[in-house]
Amino acid sequence: MILQLAFRSLWSRKFTSGLTIFSIALSMLLLVGVDRIRKGTQVGFEGTLSQTDLIVGPRGGSLPLLLYAVFHIGTANNNISYATYQHFAHHPAVLWTIPISMGDSHRGFRVVATDDNFYEHYRYRGDHALELAQGARPEGIFDAVLGSTVAAQLHYHVGQKIILSHGLEGSFLKHTADPYTVVGILKHTATPVDRAIYVTLLGDEAMHLGWEHGAPPLTSIPGSQIHASDLHVSEISAFLLRTKSRIGTLFLQREINTYKPEPLTAIIPALTLEDLWSVLSAADVALTLVSGAVLVVGLLVMLTALYTALNERRREIAILRTLGLHARQIFTLFILESTLISALGAIIGVAAAYAVLFLVRVPVENNYGIPLAMVGISARVVYYVIAAVGAGTLLGFIPAIRAYRNALVDGLNAG
Amino acid sequence: MEPAEAIHLQNAVFGYDRRNPVLHVEELVVKTGKRVFLYGPSGSGKTTLLGLITGILQPQSGSCQVLGKEMTRMSMSARDQLRGSEIGYIFQSLNLIPYLTVQQNVALPCHIHARRRKNIVAPTVDKEVERLINRLELDTHLDRGVKKLSTGQQQRVAIARAIIGKPSLVIADEPTSSLDTDRQQAFLELLFEVCEEAKATLVFVSHDKSLMTRFDEQIALSEVSRVSA
Repeated sequence: MILQLAFRSLWSRKFTSGLTIFSIALSMLLLVGVDRIRKGTQVGFEGTLSQTDLIVGPRGGSLPLLLYAVFHIGTANNNISYATYQHFAHHPAVLWTIPISMGDSHRGFRVVATDDNFYEHYRYRGDHALELAQGARPEGIFDAVLGSTVAAQLHYHVGQKIILSHGLEGSFLKHTADPYTVVGILKHTATPVDRAIYVTLLGDEAMHLGWEHGAPPLTSIPGSQIHASDLHVSEISAFLLRTKSRIGTLFLQREINTYKPEPLTAIIPALTLEDLWSVLSAADVALTLVSGAVLVVGLLVMLTALYTALNERRREIAILRTLGLHARQIFTLFILESTLISALGAIIGVAAAYAVLFLVRVPVENNYGIPLAMVGISARVVYYVIAAVGAGTLLGFIPAIRAYRNALVDGLNAG
Repeated sequence: MEPAEAIHLQNAVFGYDRRNPVLHVEELVVKTGKRVFLYGPSGSGKTTLLGLITGILQPQSGSCQVLGKEMTRMSMSARDQLRGSEIGYIFQSLNLIPYLTVQQNVALPCHIHARRRKNIVAPTVDKEVERLINRLELDTHLDRGVKKLSTGQQQRVAIARAIIGKPSLVIADEPTSSLDTDRQQAFLELLFEVCEEAKATLVFVSHDKSLMTRFDEQIALSEVSRVSA
């Protein structure tokens, strides 16, 4: 009964109620959006690589190593020798390794040289293995496999010849002498795997045959004249590794970090990701504070709207009193109005946040390579909703107490 | 069992602060079933008196019996209950809740009080609203907003709301002063008829003596109250 009155009263003031609900919804959108994007990125990043215990690269920062080796963000400064890789690949504590060699690109997409282990052992989001949507794994020197996004965006198909560029985007140096053939396309994984082109380690060497000084050779050797037996892999950028036992991981990490023949860095991906989140948490806190301030403004807008309407509503209060409504029911009516406004605002805001997250997910992943997972309602979102509705209800006490007093003091005089 | 007196005030004193009473009624009696004209110029304490009768205000001293119940001995919510279920009230103007439709305004007492709902003539509240609106010759859409109605129409909707569910007492505070003279007569006629049908006692308050001859009894506030404005 009182609830119906509250609804109808708000509905009759559609414009102001709507604006107030909108401003609260907007602040909830910001609050929840910041939180969900943070969480979505975390889940997305964490889902990109699983079952890998260590990432090994040249001595350097652990975060850059993680970012370039797995997420294709940034570049490797140094390489590690293939001999070192071989040493650890055959280490008794090691279950498998995936070598990674990077440095070239094709129309904005990274080219990653790796071997069969990649297709065999790479896992994402728990236990998902890579699968080919079309074609086969690369075998020949000039075979390439495309990530699903690469194939979709460039409209490539199996059998197509592609020319890779030396270095990253916008490079003038093209490996025009050695066109690659697309032999396979990976299934969609919703991770950065989709945004790269995969060639063999020997293919990478072949491409750079004669490039030892970082520039094209004066007389390039056509691809058709290069044979696998002429090539040997000398360096890779990094490698992923899985140990036979969890305990082995820490020992091996220590062993790699103190490996005498070559300075190396071994990182545990999950721990390094934690470092990344703690770096980003300052930005998260700042954004959350700003969104919180917007919420306060939204609630104050509501208070203003309800409080200003009080004077016009003295007559309404008097009528409701003659109809036998208790003063405390009048109080309830006003509290309900503020609660409804803040609850509607909060619900619409949360819904909008999820809608936005759903809509930007694919573009963000495609344009920035940041994996953004769809994540459910978290405790933090629930707290935000409770806080918004609670604060709305509490602020509602101010006009409600005034209305209660009017109900008692004005009696039949109002209006 | 209906008490013989609908209203009986004795030595009822009221003031917004204790030392300055604005109203002191020595004795006021309204018999059950009568149509009473309560005369008082503006500022004579009419609204305060109606506040006492409806139980919105409490006298500081004296007694105030309404429909056989001693208001001074009742809790505030018991008085609210009595007012809502037994008393219909019509203001001078702006009687209606602006954000409700005609239908919702008239049905309001039935939704608040079970006793009003129980006393309806038609089988459902909706039908009862329809019946009363037809009875009051309002040819308006029931689900229309009340803001678009003319003053005369609004006052008749107010009658419908005051009378729905047959309250024992109907109080009208200057209900005709916002109407022109022709309509005043028609309005009064309708009010009398529906009060008759509901067997309700009617207390009609006005400063306009031209209407008073049509009532069973006339009381001048200045004669019952010792405090003059």
